[in-house]
Formats: sequence, structure tokens, C-alpha cells
Amino acid sequence: MTTEYLVLSGILFVIGALGVLIRRNAIVVFMCVELMLNACNLAFVTFARQWGNLDGQIIAFFVMVVAAAEVVVGLAIIVTIFRTRRSASVDDANLLKY
Amino acid sequence: MSLWLPLLIAVPVVGAVLVALLPKGSDTLAKWLTLAVTLVVLALTLVMAFQFKPGGDRFQFVFERDWIPAFGVKFGLGVDGIALVLIALSVVLTPIVVAASWHDADSPHAKYSVKTYFALILALEAMMIGVFAATDIFLFYVFFEAMLIPMYFMIGSYGGAQRSYAAIKFLLYSLFGGLLMLVAVIALYVVAGKNTFMFPQLVGAIQDPTTQKWLFAGFFIAFAIKAPLVPFHTWLPDAAAQAPAGAAVLLVGVLDKVGTFGMLRFCLELFPDASKFFTPLAIVLSVVGIIYGAIVAIGQTDMKRLIAYTSISHFGFIAMGVFAMSQVAQSGATLYMVNHGFATGMLFLAAGFLIARRGSPYIADYSGAQKVAPLLAGSFFIAGLAGLSLPGLSSFVSEFMVMIGTYSSAAFGSGALTVAAVIAATAVILAAVYILWMVQRVLHGPTAESVSGMTDLSGREKWVVAPLIALIIGFGFFPKPLLDIINPAVDHTLTNVKVDNPAVAEKGAGQ
Amino acid sequence: MQTPTDIIPHTGGVIGVAWLMIALPLLGAAVLLIGGRRTDRWGHLLGVAMSLGSFVVAVLALVELLGLGEEQRRRAIELYDFIPGMVKMGLLVDPLSVSFALLITGVGSLIHIYSIGYMAHDPARRRFFAYLNLFVAAMLLLVLADNYVGLFIGWEGVGLASYLLIGFWYFKPSAAVAAKKAFVVNRVGDFGLLVGMFVIWTTFGTLTFKDLDVTGASNGTLTAIGLLLLLGACGKSAQIPLQSWLLDAMEGPTPVSALIHAATMVTAGVYLVVRSGAFFFPVGSGASLAVAIVGAATLLAGAIIGCAKDDIKKGLAGSTMSQIGYMMLGAAFGPVGYAFAIGHLFTHGFFKADLFLGAGSVMHGMNDEVDMRKYGGLFPKMRITAITFIIGYLAIIGFPLLSGYFTKDGIIETAVHSDYPILGWLAVLGAGITGFYMSRMVFMTFFGKPRWAEGAHPHESPKVMTIPLIILSIGSIFLGGYLVVNQTLYHWLSPAVGAAAEAPHFDPFTTPGLVTLAVVAAGVLLAWFMYGRAEVPQTAPAGNALVTFARRDLYGDALNESLFMRPGQWLTRLAVFFDNRGVDGLVNGLAATIGGSSGRLRRLQTGFARTYALSILFGAALLTGALLLVGNL
Repeated sequence: MTTEYLVLSGILFVIGALGVLIRRNAIVVFMCVELMLNACNLAFVTFARQWGNLDGQIIAFFVMVVAAAEVVVGLAIIVTIFRTRRSASVDDANLLKY
Repeated sequence: MSLWLPLLIAVPVVGAVLVALLPKGSDTLAKWLTLAVTLVVLALTLVMAFQFKPGGDRFQFVFERDWIPAFGVKFGLGVDGIALVLIALSVVLTPIVVAASWHDADSPHAKYSVKTYFALILALEAMMIGVFAATDIFLFYVFFEAMLIPMYFMIGSYGGAQRSYAAIKFLLYSLFGGLLMLVAVIALYVVAGKNTFMFPQLVGAIQDPTTQKWLFAGFFIAFAIKAPLVPFHTWLPDAAAQAPAGAAVLLVGVLDKVGTFGMLRFCLELFPDASKFFTPLAIVLSVVGIIYGAIVAIGQTDMKRLIAYTSISHFGFIAMGVFAMSQVAQSGATLYMVNHGFATGMLFLAAGFLIARRGSPYIADYSGAQKVAPLLAGSFFIAGLAGLSLPGLSSFVSEFMVMIGTYSSAAFGSGALTVAAVIAATAVILAAVYILWMVQRVLHGPTAESVSGMTDLSGREKWVVAPLIALIIGFGFFPKPLLDIINPAVDHTLTNVKVDNPAVAEKGAGQ
Repeated sequence: MQTPTDIIPHTGGVIGVAWLMIALPLLGAAVLLIGGRRTDRWGHLLGVAMSLGSFVVAVLALVELLGLGEEQRRRAIELYDFIPGMVKMGLLVDPLSVSFALLITGVGSLIHIYSIGYMAHDPARRRFFAYLNLFVAAMLLLVLADNYVGLFIGWEGVGLASYLLIGFWYFKPSAAVAAKKAFVVNRVGDFGLLVGMFVIWTTFGTLTFKDLDVTGASNGTLTAIGLLLLLGACGKSAQIPLQSWLLDAMEGPTPVSALIHAATMVTAGVYLVVRSGAFFFPVGSGASLAVAIVGAATLLAGAIIGCAKDDIKKGLAGSTMSQIGYMMLGAAFGPVGYAFAIGHLFTHGFFKADLFLGAGSVMHGMNDEVDMRKYGGLFPKMRITAITFIIGYLAIIGFPLLSGYFTKDGIIETAVHSDYPILGWLAVLGAGITGFYMSRMVFMTFFGKPRWAEGAHPHESPKVMTIPLIILSIGSIFLGGYLVVNQTLYHWLSPAVGAAAEAPHFDPFTTPGLVTLAVVAAGVLLAWFMYGRAEVPQTAPAGNALVTFARRDLYGDALNESLFMRPGQWLTRLAVFFDNRGVDGLVNGLAATIGGSSGRLRRLQTGFARTYALSILFGAALLTGALLLVGNL
């Protein structure tokens, strides 16, 4: 069982990572980041089940809290950027360069 | 416990704060207040100096308070003869510089207000006193680095056209040396394992020759940059040429002396074996500096740069005297530090007066200034003569002592240093060339159109040059008061350098 | 042969206040320089008074010294501790120093008085007197100091005064350059003196004459010290190879040329050699032979230069070099020659000052014209000047029974009877050339047809100028005979400088003496044929190679220029370039390298969030890989 869960977690993580790298739309990138986080969560929970202790589950909760906070701040930023620049593409927001 | 030295540091600090807090527009008040504070410090120092007993303990007016107990860092102050004369040099030069820079900060190009400039001078004075008085090596390091800050602003905010470049170069170069020293200071603390930074307790603490060499190198490079010795000298001409004349006087006259003072006090006494090992190198650097500085000075077209290069030559003499390891040479080197402050200080100020009138630092823009401004020309000329060590002026005594002390030093078998002294002596010819050629081009010849409107010294400026001339001639014929203070201190140094036994060394340090 | 007698500490009396001799003119100089324009009206009088005051002290000191026994005439006065542990400043009053002090203050006072008239129309006359007083003070310190450091302070002090006075008319570029040249060339000599002092201090542990005892020192050391001191003497006394500054020094006002560049300062080198006799004579080898050769070479060189100059002052300057060469030659032979060398120094002080002041008087009457080709026939116009000049002229060529005859003949005799007679015969030749060039000068100036420039109205100078001339010419007549005939000077000096095995006595009827007279007569006759009888053209005719050689100062300047100045300039430019581009270039290059590489690193910050994400991913992968690798090991 464990192996299958971990394979699924890995697949999800790779999908998320590729999405972050390939997609330009900030919302999609954002969702992919969430996907990566959830892939990790899956791995944590799997291991918690495997070893029969709660450490992994607790970490998963932490990750969720962080993800929720991230969503709050991140979406706010994205919305603001969209309002000012009329674009949600991450490539357009490149003012912080050399 | 004596409160003299903390008082000497506190008075200018308080003065600096007061001057800085003055309301806007009270520039004149700021100037007078600064002058008054510096004169008070001068008076206090003189009173203190007369209580100094040349034959007494090595460090007098000792003051010690815990500062950072966790590391054994103390706020330790105290002066020996060498430090005392250098403090005296600083506090004599400061009021003169204040009077000379009366209008230096008024320029519309200045970045900050007039009162800030004078507050910076006062802050700098406090640090100059502190750096010479510190007996705790960590405290010395703190002052050593902190001195850079007011000077950085004086050059960078009130200087000439290329002031930013010069100020940054000065700051980074000095910081680089300072960091090497910091590493050495920490290593010294750790290796000695005495949980203290107090200089007297650290004398003789490091016995291992290899460790000594590494630590010596850390200190020496910092001091060689500060002094500066060739090849670490190129920041000085830029900084001195861009700084306002008064700041240049403090920079070359006092700040750079910390380098040679540090070599004499810290390099030699803390690391005697390494000093002997590195002396040939130090002597070679000094002699190269003496000749090289003089030759490059001859080729300069800018008065202030020329004076800066003459100083590089003179610092070579001082360093040679320090490392010649003979009493005469080291006393001469210490005396040289003082006399050089007066002589070069006056030369910078007189050149500054000329530049302020004509608006150009270039020698070629002047001709026949003596005709229109005889007193100014006379001051410039006398300062120049002091710069070429004319006998009868104070710098001759010190240069003579350094050279004869080096020549006769038996430090490395008889005669090893004679060659160095003879090569150094050729600098007397080069000195005549660089000074008199400048004098000829600036003061002599037909009076140029652009110079013809030049005014002679004002009353204030006469007050600036008169004490310097008096000091230069006075100590030229009566150097004894200074030498009587310096000689016992130099004897201590030599005892510490020659004796490897820690017990005797500590005794020698006057503890 | 005897060494000098011991030096005895002294207090009280006039000798005890001998420092007044130095202090008075020093005070004068200080008052005049600090007082500024306020002292313009009476400054010159103060200057003269201070110089005369010194003279009076010197005379009184002489009287007091004469009252002491011959063995006790070397008195040392301690003044103060100068450099603790090294030098105590003090004065040495002995026959040698007092004689010099008399010459300096005596001739000096006369020249001060003369200058009142000569500089009457110069707006900076007060400054002139300040410098003259400064010079007198420094020169007295030079001869009176009882140690080498004091001597050196005076030595450079006179150099400074000389610099200031050569460059007195600083607004003339030529004067400014000449002043600088004099100082720098002198500094080359000072280098020798300085290093000489190092060796003396290191070898003997003292720089005070009183404590100096050379017994036991190796010959090599003594010779080395002697040669170094000789280098110093060459600089100050314009001897080969450091002769080139003296001719240019004539840019200064004429009284300066008379006082400093003829009568006193330039003879300081002779003083140094005689005072330091201990390093030269007992060796009898290297150093003293070098002095003799330098002296002989310079006396010929100076004489040859003197023949070619049309500028009357430069002619006299060449002559001064030449006469000092005689003194050096005499001083090279130890106590036998000292009396003649010093005697010639004194007589030369008088007749050369006389000649220079006479030349000044001529210039004064001729609108400051110095070219002798524009003179001629001046005798009737300025009789006192002419007669005193001719007396000086007869004295310098060694006309029998005048001053120069006795002293110069003494030097020639000593040299001919020394181990190196060839040097003596060269001196005879020099005497002949002296006869030629001095006669040429007199014929061109005072006789023949007038060749004056338009607007010249030659006239006699005022009394304040002619009276010093008369006094100096009286000295030029009698001083030599007085000093030499009864060996007065020899006996007077021998306690101070040592005595010879046999007192040198004066005998004019020897071979060298008679040959000298004949050679001088030949020189005078030749000059008569070339310049007295023949017409003198107003412009100098082109000469042959030898004449050009002499006119160009024996290519001394050209040599200096090609050997030192041009390579020096080249070296300076190279050093400046190296410093700016090399050393500073390295520093700035380091800074630029750091700045440049950070500039390149900066490019990594593209601003694309996805690029950053990719690099984070790679980093994470790398880290994971590394962890796995380490875990597997």
C-alpha cells in the first residue's frame, strides 16, 4: 500500500512542479504550488500510517495552516497585481531584476 | 585611577554633541564654540602633561573600568611618553585646524551644514585622544576604526571634486587593514588565553615564533596601510588632495601617526621575535618608501598631492627609525611623528590658503605669489623648509636622529643597517628638489595675472601660522623637553623587544 | 709635528658670552623679518648695528684670548643640552674660530655699510638686511660651534641665507632658478657631511670636537670620513665636481656675491677641512691627497673659466673658485700648509670683497651693466673705485709685497716641496692664468676706449660705498705681509690646528717663487697685447673650441644636465606613471575586478519568478541527491 501512496505523491509533486515552471498564469502557478504542498502532505500521512505514530499527521496540519496563510497573502498580492497591471502573468511582473 | 584621560575624551564628545544640537543658522556660534572646546582640551592636556613624571611608571594617568566583562574587555586608558607627545600633537593641531578651516565648510558644494563639520572635528579629536591613550587592545581597535567615520564624512561631504571616490577609497582601504587587525586581535586574545585585552598583560604572552609571525603580519599590514608605507600608499594622495585642508592636516598629521605608533607600541612589544624576523622587510619597505615617495613627489603637478607624497617619504623615515631597534632611532622616530605633524600640517594649511585664494590646486596655475602675498609666501616657504628638514627647524633633529640611529644600530650585526641609512640620506637631496622646485614655481618668477589679486594673510590666518612657526623653530633648537619625555618610553619598548623572559618583560611594561 | 692643544672649559668674560656674536645678528634678522614694513625706515641701520656689535664682541674675545697663554687658547663654552645623550650645544672659541669670526664680522660689517648705498633704491632693502644678518649669524654658528651638529646647522643656515639672497630678486626667473640650483647642489655636499657625521658618531661615539680622539681608528675609517667631509666641503666651496652653482649664484645682488660667494661662505669648506684636520692629516694618504687634487683641479678650472667670461661678476666668480682651489691645495698638506691656506683665505676675503664691491660700484655707475665689453675707459670717471679695484687686482695676481703675494706664494712653495710637486707646478700655471684673466678684466673695464651703451653716464659711487672699498683695499695691501712674514698667523693658529715639524718660513727667492713671478708677468703681458693695446669688440667674437669650452663653464652644466637632470626627469616621470598606473592601478584594478564580477553575478537576477523556481528545484534536487549519496556511503 505504502508504495502506491508514495508513487501517487511523487506524481502529484512532479505535476505541481512542472505546472509552476511551465504555466504563466499566476493563479495556476499558485494552484500548482498548492498541489506540491498536498503531495507532500500525502507523503507525510502515508509515513505516519506506516510507522504508526502521529508526527507526520501533525506536520501535515502545519503544512495546511501554512498553505492557508499563503493563500490569503498570495491571492491578495495576485489580485492587486492584476488590478494595477491588468495581467496575471508571472512573467510580466519582473520589476525586481538587476 | 586618574580621571584625566576620560575627561580629555569626554570634553570634545560633549562639545561635539552641543555643536551638533545648535539650531540652524548659528554657524558662527558653532565655530566659536568648537574653538573654545578645543582650547579647553589643549589647556587640560597641558596641565596634565606637566604632571607627567618622565622617570616614573611607564603608564601614567591610568584609568580602568570593565566594559565587556564576558570577554575581559576593559575601558583601559593610560599614557606613556610616546602616547603623551602624540596626544599633545593632536590637541595642539586641532584648534589650529579649527581656526584654519573657519570658512572651509561654508562652500556651497558642501553636503551637510557648517556645524556638522565642526562637530565632526570635535568627534575626531576625542577619538584621536582615545586611540593614543587606549591600553586595552580591543579599545584601541575600536578607536582605530571609529576614527575613520568622521574623517570619511569630512572628506566625502566637504572635499573637492572627486571627494566621493577619495573618501570611499580611504574608507575601504583602511577597513581592509582594520579587519586584518581585528582577526589578529581576536587571535591574540584566544592564543594568549589570559581572558584580557590589556596591553601590559599581553606583553610577552605569545611565545611561539610561528604564531607571533602571523599575528605580527595582521597588525603590521593594518599599520602599514594606515601609516602608509609603500606599496599601500595610494589612498593617501587621493584622500589628502580631495579633503579640505584642515581635514588633510588631521589626516596626515595625526591619523596616519596611529600606524607608526601602533608599529612601535604593539608590533614590536607584543611580538618581539617576529619583529626581528620581519625587520629586514620593514626596513626595505621604509627605504623604498623614502626614495620612491620623494621621486614621485617631484613629479606631481598638484600641490596637495605633492605634499602627500612627501609625507609618504617621511613616513618611511619614521618606520625606518621604529625598526632600526636602537634608542636614538626610535626616539627620533617618535619625535619625527610630532614634528612631521607640525611641519606637514603647516605646509598643508599654507597650501590650503593659496588654493582657497586662487581656486586651483595645480602648481602651474601659480607664479610669483610672493610679490602679492609676502606673509603667506613666507609661511609656505618656512613650512617647506621644515618639510625638507632644514637644520635649525624641528624636523631636522628627528630626521638626523633617525638616520644616525639607524646607521649606528647594532641590531643586525654592526653595519647591516648602514646601507639603509646612507640610501635614506640621499633623500635630503631629493627633498630639496621637490620643495624648492614647488616654491620656485608657486612663489617666484613674474607674478601671473591670475595671482595678482591675491590677498595676504588675514588676522585669523596669522594666528594659525604663528604658533606653528614658533613650535617648528622652538623645537628645532630645544628638542630636549620632548626627548626627555620620549626617551624613557622608548627604553621600555626596547627592553620588551630584546628580552624574551615574560617576567622581565612584564616588569619592563611598568606593571 | 704636534697635535692641537687641549680644549679647556670656560666660563665668564667676553668669551663666556661669545654667543652674543650669533645672537645679535639673529635678533636683527628676527626683528626685521617679523617687524615687516614698520622697520623699513631704520631696518638697514639696525642690520649694520647688529653686525658691528658682533664685530666688537669678536674683537674683545680676541683680546681676551691674546691675554691667555698659548697653550690655553682653546676655550669651550657650554650652552645647553641639545639632543640629550648625543650633543650638547656649545661654542669653541680658539684662534681659528676667532679669526674667522673677525673676518666674517669685519668684512661683513663693511659690506653691510656698502649695501646701504648699493641697495638704496631697492624697495625691499629691509628684507635684504634681514637676510644679510641671518647669514652672519649662521656663518658665525658654523665657525664657533664646538660640535659637528652645530656646525651643520650653521652650514645649512648659510646655505639658506645664500639661497634667499641669490633669489633676492625672485621675480626674475633666472634668479629663482639659480637660487634653487645653489641649494640643491649644496645639498649633495651636505649629504656627504651628513654621512660623515654618521660615521664619526658610530666610530667615536661623539660629535663634539673636544671629545674626539682619533687615535686607534683604522686608516680606512679616517680616509672614509675625510672623503665624505671633502664632499661636503666641495659643495659649499664650489670645488669640482660640485662647482656649477657658483657662477649662477651671481644672479644675487653684488654685495651678496662679495660677502657670501667670495669672502666668507664659500670658504667654509676650507674651514671644515682644517677643523677636521684629524681625519685628513695623520693619515697622510687618501683623503688629503683627494683634497689636494680637488684643489689643484679647481684652481685651474676656475682660472680657465675666468678667462672666458665677459660678465664681470662671473669672471670674478670663476676667480673665486680658483682661489679657493689654492686654499684647498694648501690645506691638504696639514699644519705646514694650514697657515698659508687660512692666510690666503683671509687676504682673499679682503681683496675679493674689494674686487666684487668695486665691480658693484662700476655696475652702480653703469645702469647695472655687467658686460665688460660695454665698459672701457672708466678710470677717469670713477677714480676711487678704479684705484681700489686695481689694488685688489694687484693683490690677487700676487704682485710682490701685496697681500696675495705672500699667501699664494706660501701655498705654491708648500705644494712644490710636498710629495706631489706636480700639483705645485699646476698651481704656478694657475697663477699665470690668474695674471691673464685679472689683467684682462682691468684693461677691459678701466682702460681703452669707452664702449658704453647709450644712455650710460658713469659716475663715482657715494661715500658710503667707497669708504668700505678703501678700507678693504688697505687690507689687501698689508694683511698678507703682516700674517706671513714673521709667521704671525702660523704661531697664532698652531695651538688650534697643530704645528708642523718645522715652522714654514717665507722665502721669496726660491725657484718656484721666481718662476711664479715670471709666469704671472707673462700672463699680464699677454692680456696687455690682447685687451690693453688691441681694440676690444663690443660683441664677443666666435672663439675656437677651447674658448667655447671655457665659456660653457667647461661643460659642467651640460654634464650635470645629461648625467643627472635628464635621467632624473625621466625617472620621475616613470615613477609617477608607475605609481598612477602600476601601484594605484593594481588597487583600483582589484576594486574594478570585484565590482565587475558582481556586475556579472547580478545578471542572474532576471526578474522571472519561474526562473527562480527552476533554480530552486535544481537546488533541491541537488541537495536531495547529495543527501542520498552521503546516506549510501
